[in-house]
Amino acid sequence: MSAPQLTGARVSRADVEDFLYYEAELLDSWQLDAWLGLLTEDACYYVPPNDKPDADHRDTLFLVADNIARLRERVKRIKDPNCHAEQPRSRTRRMISNVRITSTSGDTIGVAANFVVYRFRRGEAARDYVGSYRYMLKRQGDSLKIAERRVLLAAEELGALGLISFIL
Amino acid sequence: MSDASYVLDDRERMSFSLDREVFVSPEVLERERRAVFDKCWIYVGHGSEVAEPGDFRTRDIADRPILFCRDRAGEVRAFLNSCRHRGALTCTKREGNARLFQCMYHGWVYDTEGKLRTVPGEDAYGPHFDKEKLGLVAVPRLAHYRDFFFLSFDPAVEDLETYLAGAKDYLDLVTEQSPSGRMQVISGTQEYEIAANWKLLVENSVDDYHLPTAHLTWLNYMKNSGVDMKPRETGLLLPTKGAGKDLGNGHLATDNPNYRGRPVAGWMPIYGEDAKPDMAALREELVARLGQARATRVADTNRNLVVFPNLVVNDGSSVTIRTFFPTDAGHMKVTAWALGPVEESAAQRARRLDSFLTFYGPGGFATPDDVAALELVQRGLGAWREVRWSDSSRGMNRPDDEQLNTDEGHLRVFWRRWSGLMGAGR
Ligand code: FES
Ligand SMILES: [Fe+2]
Repeated sequence: MSAPQLTGARVSRADVEDFLYYEAELLDSWQLDAWLGLLTEDACYYVPPNDKPDADHRDTLFLVADNIARLRERVKRIKDPNCHAEQPRSRTRRMISNVRITSTSGDTIGVAANFVVYRFRRGEAARDYVGSYRYMLKRQGDSLKIAERRVLLAAEELGALGLISFIL
Repeated sequence: MSDASYVLDDRERMSFSLDREVFVSPEVLERERRAVFDKCWIYVGHGSEVAEPGDFRTRDIADRPILFCRDRAGEVRAFLNSCRHRGALTCTKREGNARLFQCMYHGWVYDTEGKLRTVPGEDAYGPHFDKEKLGLVAVPRLAHYRDFFFLSFDPAVEDLETYLAGAKDYLDLVTEQSPSGRMQVISGTQEYEIAANWKLLVENSVDDYHLPTAHLTWLNYMKNSGVDMKPRETGLLLPTKGAGKDLGNGHLATDNPNYRGRPVAGWMPIYGEDAKPDMAALREELVARLGQARATRVADTNRNLVVFPNLVVNDGSSVTIRTFFPTDAGHMKVTAWALGPVEESAAQRARRLDSFLTFYGPGGFATPDDVAALELVQRGLGAWREVRWSDSSRGMNRPDDEQLNTDEGHLRVFWRRWSGLMGAGR
């Protein structure tokens, strides 16, 4: 499996879908270093708190608010056998749908999509993370890169979902 | 010491054992509900969460629906959020500002002082129907210390300040970070469940013994970010020598020299070079206001406080308020907030929140491994009938006032108070 290539001059929804499915495959198969390769050099990753999904991480306590440096450390951490929250690793399967291009300006493409991430671990009940993604993608040559990745959880509280110890 | 105790506390043999039944038994939980949660002062919220008249928050406290609000005259109140007519939740919103609370079922209307103001079709009631007596029921006791509001369901509970004992100084140290002495709960709530007994989180919140193993990846993250993580004295498990403190009445704390960053005047590389002058200015303000010694105390110590039974205030990488309630013997609901000085600049606030996420919360670099540990303990405790006792005797070979943060002396403080309230035997 390799990263999808852009062919046309305009990025289409199909291009974006191919890209998101590829990303999902990398995350579900724990190819996290390859996943980091999908990010721009200044990428960020946000999971706002369930009670303030539209807030800004600079004035609101988020669940995750990583710049690229911390994101790389996060990947290092969750791959480490001493990351007990991911030992054994979560098995995940992501369903991504309702993909839309919400804005285009120059090389930057705003994308919205819905997701269900099913997460399984030995001895634990299955957990269903449901929500929507908000991406800012950047076209670099004939490939797309992730500049910002925002995960909005639909649940009112994290509740029985418990943790976000893997990349959601 | 009796064989029928849950806690075997033998100072002579320097041994402290805990019956694992206390973590798995529904009967023990039922007794805790009556002997602990219905008797103690329980944290309900911070004054800043209801800053303006009419502000309200609804939350579940010790299995009761609570309406926490500030009335139109400015007084903070806590009501049982149950309509006097036939019981519906009177206020169904999570938070907001209101002049009146109207029950959705038949439309009874209460004001922010709890008074019943309107009853639709009032002419259908007899002469003894007295609206004056049908207001929202206030919790039996409500009091605050430095804007931390506690309630008690026991009308005869001792006054809050007596109850808090030595924990007051630790709330002071948190509050003094604000030049005006006003701290503020920051927007954004972390609410999550852990499949473990609630008392395991009490222990975990102040257990520094587990850091080198359970939080190895966090230590690596700090190291990779330029923080010096090497113990400076032989025989220590952590970079600095901290203490485990008994604060009286079952309250306890770890109290450690800071070796990582703190948003209050303790720079670390993660904050970036740009932050240095600003943090120096924060330090200057602290010293000018509090004097050198107290400023050092506020800025250069990390303190994890447990106010018995279930309030944790961590003043480390950031300040967190954390409270948790059992839903059954093997599960709890946790709520966590960040706290900061009201006068903080936008840059300082952002740094505080960023620092929070280096360690705490369901997506942090440390908390998930705590949760993993607690859930593994709970599963291991499934063997409680055959493997009956846990050991918490670490540090008993040292005097009480020389307990390290990596000892278990402060954990024993909790258990002694807990078993005192629960009664000697089963
Ligand atoms: S239950 Fe509230 S008005 Fe009837
Ligand atoms: Fe921990």
